[in-house]
Amino acid sequence: MLFQVRIHGRGGQGVVSAAEMLSVAAFLEGDHAQAFPSFGSERMGAPVVAFCRIDTKEIRSREPVMMPDALIVQDPTLLHQVELFSGLDTRGYLLINTARSYADLGLGDYVTKFPPHHLCTVAATEWALEFVGRPLPNAALLGAFAAVTHRLKLESVQAAIREKFPGEVGEKNAAAAAKAYDTIRTN
Amino acid sequence: MLKQIEGSQAVAEAIALCRPEVICAYPITPQTHIVENLSELVRLGEIGNCQYINVESEFAALSVAIGASAAGARAYTATSSQGLLFMTEAVYNAAGLGLPIVMTIGNRAIGAPINIWNDHSDSMALRDAGWIQLHAETNQDAVDLHIQAFRLAEQLSVPVMVCEDGFILTHAYERVDIPDKQQVDAFLPPFEPVQVLDPAAPVTMGAMVGPEAFAEVRYLAHHKHLQAVEVIPQLSAEFADIFGRDTGGLIQPYRSEDAETVIVALGSVNGTIKDVIDEMRDDGISVGAVKIVAFRPFPMLALRSALENAKRVIVVEKAFADGLGGILVGSVRMALRGLTTPIYTIIAGLGGRPITKVSLHRAFGEAVADEIDDPHFLDLDWAIIDHELARAKEKRRSGPIAENILRDLGLVGGKPV
Repeated sequence: MLFQVRIHGRGGQGVVSAAEMLSVAAFLEGDHAQAFPSFGSERMGAPVVAFCRIDTKEIRSREPVMMPDALIVQDPTLLHQVELFSGLDTRGYLLINTARSYADLGLGDYVTKFPPHHLCTVAATEWALEFVGRPLPNAALLGAFAAVTHRLKLESVQAAIREKFPGEVGEKNAAAAAKAYDTIRTN
Repeated sequence: MLKQIEGSQAVAEAIALCRPEVICAYPITPQTHIVENLSELVRLGEIGNCQYINVESEFAALSVAIGASAAGARAYTATSSQGLLFMTEAVYNAAGLGLPIVMTIGNRAIGAPINIWNDHSDSMALRDAGWIQLHAETNQDAVDLHIQAFRLAEQLSVPVMVCEDGFILTHAYERVDIPDKQQVDAFLPPFEPVQVLDPAAPVTMGAMVGPEAFAEVRYLAHHKHLQAVEVIPQLSAEFADIFGRDTGGLIQPYRSEDAETVIVALGSVNGTIKDVIDEMRDDGISVGAVKIVAFRPFPMLALRSALENAKRVIVVEKAFADGLGGILVGSVRMALRGLTTPIYTIIAGLGGRPITKVSLHRAFGEAVADEIDDPHFLDLDWAIIDHELARAKEKRRSGPIAENILRDLGLVGGKPV
């Protein structure tokens, strides 16, 4: 069954790496996966979108993900963008990197249409600072993705993180992913 | 070995398996990751006897590859867009000299206006420079076609471009089966040049040829491409025997045998087209596709036999000739000459505009009903065009078109003049 993910963030936050790591995690579980960026001219801080498709069969389409099953927002300062939630069905999953609540973000009304267990705010930047020492929220968000969507195992996500970032950096990011995963699963 | 890796990394690993002896590198988006990855593979000693040469421009990249190839080395380089244009003179020289260089094109639009995203304007601009041009649909194709490219180039003494869509393939992570060294060695023997610069046995390569013999030399280049039409399917079959994967040879049909409408395209958009064909087939519409793998030499007979029973043909292409229309369609018409089959052109994906299934579905539907304009520019914003035309009509000094349109779209500050 095709599962499509769209990730929004800013240049330098590891948006493209996040999509790539998702695809590697899915591959490690035996699935087909395709990750690709929607590049602007690469600059720190500019809005960046990346996509990941996961399926049990070969993925042939190359179009951008327009109807995501899951939307990951790495930077809440992008929330004012009209297009951000474009194509997200109310049966979909929504993960936002923020220490605030959906209501605080002004999304209280919007999210009432979603099943509560499909919604997740993750203090990913805080956890990244705690575990990695840098404000790179993608690993924690991927841990949260595994916890909320049940589409991937935490172990696969951690293996993908370690493959992308060998050594100590990978271990720290894997720990941030585990923290996010455990926090969500125990809530 | 199955890997989930970026397309550029996969191509770099494939090139390394082909044991190039000289790699000339100059960065240009979106090809850069390929030569970056190769520099790492050379540094790690993965390629063995290989010189990695950082050159000062694309013109130098291909010129150094020409020198290396003439000295008997297996030579490789990669480029995109303006980089390919900048080396144009050397592109013709490599072919004219019969040097079996392999070059990856990370297909990207050509400016102005400057644009780093994918279309086919770059390789199309040099389609008749004497190189063979193979197009990859997937990153697996890109890997497999590069391995075949070296064999083909060296068997016929002709340079080969392997074209892969910039970003869409070069920057996509997907599953790729990277072959074993033993498999590649079994398919690709060491380079045995037919001509070599050797101080012990001096020859002149690139002698001046006047009217008395130029046509004959040029005819022999034509002859070589006609030979390639025969050799490409043979190599593809041999490749399939060793590697277990069929890259299609010259063309690769998809549900086209009984199809009333057949869609023809190059490169990665074929994947999206296949999905749309399945949707339309589910709706009972008789459509299929033929992917063109070898654009040069053009597969005249193979394509004609694949299309001759179709009631109509749609060519989807990512480049066009101003004032004329499609480029690929010209060759398709040549293949179908004498037949009355309607042929429509859909120009799509220019400068990286996404080609969506919804838009293709709509346009194919219009073509199936014989109600499409030709050429059809997919998803063109006519309001923007009409506005700019009106502005230009209103006053002579109406400003640069590109900037005016960006202002209309609100993408840069200020109001149009």
